[in-house]
Amino acid sequence: MNSVRNVLAIAGKELRSYFASPIAYVIIGLFALLFSRFFYAYLMVFVQRSSGMMGMQGGTNNINQEMIRYVLMNSAVIILFVMPMITMRTYAEEKRSGTIELLLTSPLTDLEIIIGKFVGAMGLYCAMLSVTVLYMAILFIYGNPEWRPVVAGYLGLLLLGGCFISVGLLISSLTKNQIVAGVITFAVFLMLWIINWSADQAGPTMRAVLNHLSIIDHFDDFSRGIIDTKHVVYYLSFITFGLFLTAKSVDSERWRG
Amino acid sequence: MIEVEHITKRYGRVTAVDDVSFRVERGEILGFLGPNGAGKTTTMRILTGYMPPTDGRATVAGFDVFTNPVEAKRRTGYLPETPPLYPDMTVREYLDFVARIKGVPPKEQKDRVTAVMKRTRIDDVTDKHCAKLSKGYRQRVGLAQALIHNPEVLILDEPTAGLDPKQIIETRDLIRGLAGDHTIVLSTHILPEVAQTCQRVVIINKGRVVAVDTPEGLTARLQGAETLYVQIDAMGAQPAPVLEKIAGVTRVAASDHRAGADGFEVESARGRDIRREIARTVVNNGWGLLELRPMRMSLEEIFLQVTTEESAPQAAPPPEPAAPLQPETPEGVQ
Repeated sequence: MNSVRNVLAIAGKELRSYFASPIAYVIIGLFALLFSRFFYAYLMVFVQRSSGMMGMQGGTNNINQEMIRYVLMNSAVIILFVMPMITMRTYAEEKRSGTIELLLTSPLTDLEIIIGKFVGAMGLYCAMLSVTVLYMAILFIYGNPEWRPVVAGYLGLLLLGGCFISVGLLISSLTKNQIVAGVITFAVFLMLWIINWSADQAGPTMRAVLNHLSIIDHFDDFSRGIIDTKHVVYYLSFITFGLFLTAKSVDSERWRG
Repeated sequence: MIEVEHITKRYGRVTAVDDVSFRVERGEILGFLGPNGAGKTTTMRILTGYMPPTDGRATVAGFDVFTNPVEAKRRTGYLPETPPLYPDMTVREYLDFVARIKGVPPKEQKDRVTAVMKRTRIDDVTDKHCAKLSKGYRQRVGLAQALIHNPEVLILDEPTAGLDPKQIIETRDLIRGLAGDHTIVLSTHILPEVAQTCQRVVIINKGRVVAVDTPEGLTARLQGAETLYVQIDAMGAQPAPVLEKIAGVTRVAASDHRAGADGFEVESARGRDIRREIARTVVNNGWGLLELRPMRMSLEEIFLQVTTEESAPQAAPPPEPAAPLQPETPEGVQ
């Protein structure tokens, strides 16, 4: 019970600091702008295609598969670009300003602090995603998409975002400089995304490993509306591992001073 | 209340704190004195559970800071060298947050925050952002933060650094007022501060404890001999040989010389007051006694002596070595 209170205290503080500074607004605004551009482009393509199909007999025009899927895939990529800005300051800024001394000398465990920061970043991420819900609402008002695949897609986005945040926390905990943290986080995200680009040249085993490691590849099924346990487990274990390494990093920082 | 046993902290090959031991009794104010880089902050960080020692043990309020950190931290308030403020929070928001993470029960939180703001006199800036506070206010908000959960132990790293003289006096008064209810360890490199606020002093240099005593005890202990300053108008005579003949005088040195006023430093064995004899001798010789005062070593001089003794043992020995100051063993501290 006490732990929950501590985690929420940290998470609340994180959220407040995002919204007290321009960061939250810049990030959400940027995301909304890029998202709306993609949304509009895919909507136009879909409208054109389905009106063309109307002339032909028996053409299927599934908005879930033909449009929402691509919009979600593209949001995943935008998130990859935006997320480093959310996570880069989490630890780096506390270390630079010395407030880390307050946290580490308070009756909190390292894990409570880490999870609190994770939950705080997730909160901002959810606020960011909630903007996209408005766009989806438009589709539901003027069209008749199925809601289940959309929910699956959002679950996928949340899990994907969780992975990015856990990596971002880890990298932020390694440095005092938030710019350095941001740049490295961005590079690592990109690596995690394109790691399977060389899979085609690799042998069958290596190809399977590389494909499995690619963080965006696992999102593909979610974007189609499929919740596969395999991917859920992948994302959850990725998040756990990231947070575990962050805990180790914070602890080793302690010993080194 | 606080027990530090043989704590050592090494960063790589650098030893920041080397086998430090001391105890602080309940309600006491202990001054932690040393030049910059002596290991004060490191020791305090170990006590507050910010970092573990390489070796040794420390307990706060009966809880080992390493094996039972959460319980120890619950009973410790800590003001680091730079107050750990979040620039984008207002003072009240900040203290609310600190109260929450320090485990103040939600029902008492509001009262605690109000009480602490009043006590540290920051209730006029409650809605100001921490980023906009002056140095003095930042320091006081830092102090309020350390007091918020009414801890048994307060650890203050240079609480008066960067304050103006009036604020320094106010902060010292505040700290003195906290003693009794709280056990306080404060570090400083300003000597008068120790003399004015602390009941006991630990002098630390290059990571080692070089002395533990009361400020008065320290002064007395270092003074192997009593030294008097005498200024005489000897009307052209040579007073030095005469002064040397006085019973109890061990050494006479001319210190300054002006027309009609010669100054001497007269040393005597410890605990022997020879002021009357000197006055009588001077008057009996028909000279004018212009000045006669004890030359007490200031804490400044003691500090310099203790720390240089430690740092330069190979240097040329001082011409008149004072009684050597042995580092106290932890048994001796009690």
